[in-house]
Amino acid sequence: MKLALLSDLHANLPALEACLADAHARGATHHAILGDIVGYGPHPAQVVERCRSLQEAGAIILRGNHDQPTSSPTGHSWGDLTTAWTYQQLSEQQRDWLSSLPLTATLQSIFLVHATAEAPAKWHYELDELMAERSLLALSHDPEIRYVFGGHVHHQSLYYQGNGRRLMQFTPRAGVAIPVSPHRRWLATVGSVGQPRDGDTRANYALLDVMAKTLTFHRISYDHRRVAQEMRAFDLPKVLADRLERGR
Amino acid sequence: MSRLEQGSELDGFRIGPLIHAGAMARIYQISYADGRESLFPMVMKVPLMREGDGAENIVSFEIEHQLLQVLQGPHVPRFVAAGDLDRVPYLAMEYLQGLTVDAWLKKFKESRQGVSVEAITRIGAALAQAVHSLHQQNVCHLDLKPANALLLNDERIVLLDVGLSCHADYPDLMAEEFRKAVGSPAWIAPEQVVGVRGDPRSDVFAIGVMLYEMATGELPFGFPVTQGGLRQRLWMSPRPPRAWRADLPEWLQEIILRCLEPQAEQRYPSAAHVMFDLRHPDQVRITERGKQLRGRGFWWHFKRWIRAAGMAYQPSPLPTQQINEVPIVMVALPHDDISDSVMIALRQATARSLGTRPGARLAIVTVVSGSVSGSDKERSETWLIRHHLAAFKKWAESIDLAGHQISFHVLESGDVAQALLRYAEGNKVSLIIMGAATRGLSMQRFVATVPIKRVMHAPCTVILVKETTPFDAWSSQSEQDLRKE
Repeated sequence: MKLALLSDLHANLPALEACLADAHARGATHHAILGDIVGYGPHPAQVVERCRSLQEAGAIILRGNHDQPTSSPTGHSWGDLTTAWTYQQLSEQQRDWLSSLPLTATLQSIFLVHATAEAPAKWHYELDELMAERSLLALSHDPEIRYVFGGHVHHQSLYYQGNGRRLMQFTPRAGVAIPVSPHRRWLATVGSVGQPRDGDTRANYALLDVMAKTLTFHRISYDHRRVAQEMRAFDLPKVLADRLERGR
Repeated sequence: MSRLEQGSELDGFRIGPLIHAGAMARIYQISYADGRESLFPMVMKVPLMREGDGAENIVSFEIEHQLLQVLQGPHVPRFVAAGDLDRVPYLAMEYLQGLTVDAWLKKFKESRQGVSVEAITRIGAALAQAVHSLHQQNVCHLDLKPANALLLNDERIVLLDVGLSCHADYPDLMAEEFRKAVGSPAWIAPEQVVGVRGDPRSDVFAIGVMLYEMATGELPFGFPVTQGGLRQRLWMSPRPPRAWRADLPEWLQEIILRCLEPQAEQRYPSAAHVMFDLRHPDQVRITERGKQLRGRGFWWHFKRWIRAAGMAYQPSPLPTQQINEVPIVMVALPHDDISDSVMIALRQATARSLGTRPGARLAIVTVVSGSVSGSDKERSETWLIRHHLAAFKKWAESIDLAGHQISFHVLESGDVAQALLRYAEGNKVSLIIMGAATRGLSMQRFVATVPIKRVMHAPCTVILVKETTPFDAWSSQSEQDLRKE
């Protein structure tokens, strides 16, 4: 099994297509979308449709904190400012489909969640070793689980048990197949497909090769300038378009 | 894990005789159980995991497994297969016949002989070359010692036991939140003592300890058994090798003590630089370090001790990055058939190149044809070399060499391109700057023959410096060329 892990698509169709094409070329056999399918970006309806067809083909699709858009903003964050626009772009059926998505899923030895495993609906940010440790601890009742994958934080990180008691954080280099022996437990945030925030404009995704026991974090180029232009044309907040161009 | 029976079968391998029983692992010769020929002789390393052994044993097995799978080149054994940790953990790999540097040194000790300077430099350079090959693959060995360096018949060094090593692209499984020293006490670098893992210059320190052992038969910091003893190397300067053995040349002591500097940035910036100095002793710049005949006094050490107490250790640089930042820059200087403007352009390119790379070392190389004949040969050669050296020094005069080491080399060969490439390969050069030999505008002839050939096969980046050509002449020339095609 080669599992492609994609998260935080944020209604960015070209970024999603670029990642899917790359995963296909690398022989991905399974797909998991870890939530935040819409919000911020200019293609909510298209991205929802693409995810629905992936689901029909057997992909696991999870719900993130952006996936229940409302007709009027509930706050003042950038996400809140795009929620009403996103709401209008989606049909009722599409919105229902988004709300029906599960928060977590388990596939063999792999646990999938948008944010943290210990409280999936609270949308905590897995920003450090401590949060990662809580997530793993919450799953300790199931000894079968060897890998935990999430998104939400928009950067790629791998947490692992070193020689000591505490978890260690590791920042992966793109394209390197990292050996992840199931002998120990691993937790990774796979980065964001549609809105990278680490200063690199390329889309993020990860590929787990279960047979080879390797995890590879990928960075994929796509025409992010064009997507930014579309966002400006739709009158979405200018900051969000700038963000795509800066990768921050 | 109990002992494997000779003749038994495991995962398709037939277990042969036990050839080594160490504290950490047993090593068996093996063959394929189905009688298939193997490409090379094989061994199976089975880690000893007894009750009460720390997690470190398992971790180092995991690390060795990870690294053997990806490491390439002639300085590590080739990987065959691995056994599952949950069943019988083992690593099947290439069996290389040779003598560990440890056993090699023991032979000298038993016969109460010192190792010759020539042998120290030869084996030392081979060791540095092997270490550099690991660094080029982003791996720091971190457990270099005579028992882990295998000397083959062709004088190649193969590095064994990468179980404590660190691959910069992989999470470091040995890392922990409370840093502590991992490695063999006699050979580890000061920064390893305080738990910093992954600096390629830690390996340079270990090379220094091994060179010191070869030269003197002693360990520079003894065999520390306590934490305090281990920390001594953070401030202590070892007894100069020449105090043990008066016949050691100053340049060799200079090399050894530079490897053993407590602060990483004062050591050689890469193993390739160590190798370079060992192979070109006449070009080593000898400082106070090389001349010393007695150990340092109390006050000198006291000052260093104070400094060491307040020392902050930086996180390690990426090995490949560290190597690239302090390259060995080779300038191929033509000695005839060259216009002044090309020489000036070459000097500018060299100065610019060094300006952006503090710590880079400059090797100026020229090739002369080996056609000096007859009885005058010896005299003429010296004259020729002296003549070229004088010309080079003049050429290099206006380059700002602060912080850079420079050396001059005259190679003798009929094939200029091949001689330069061999030199670059043999000395792990990472940047070649060369001029196109020109005569006015008819450079096409030269560019198409010698330099392009060099560039295509060079093992590193090449900067090709050309004389600026008047633009009009260039475009009419290239139009003519196009028409010909």
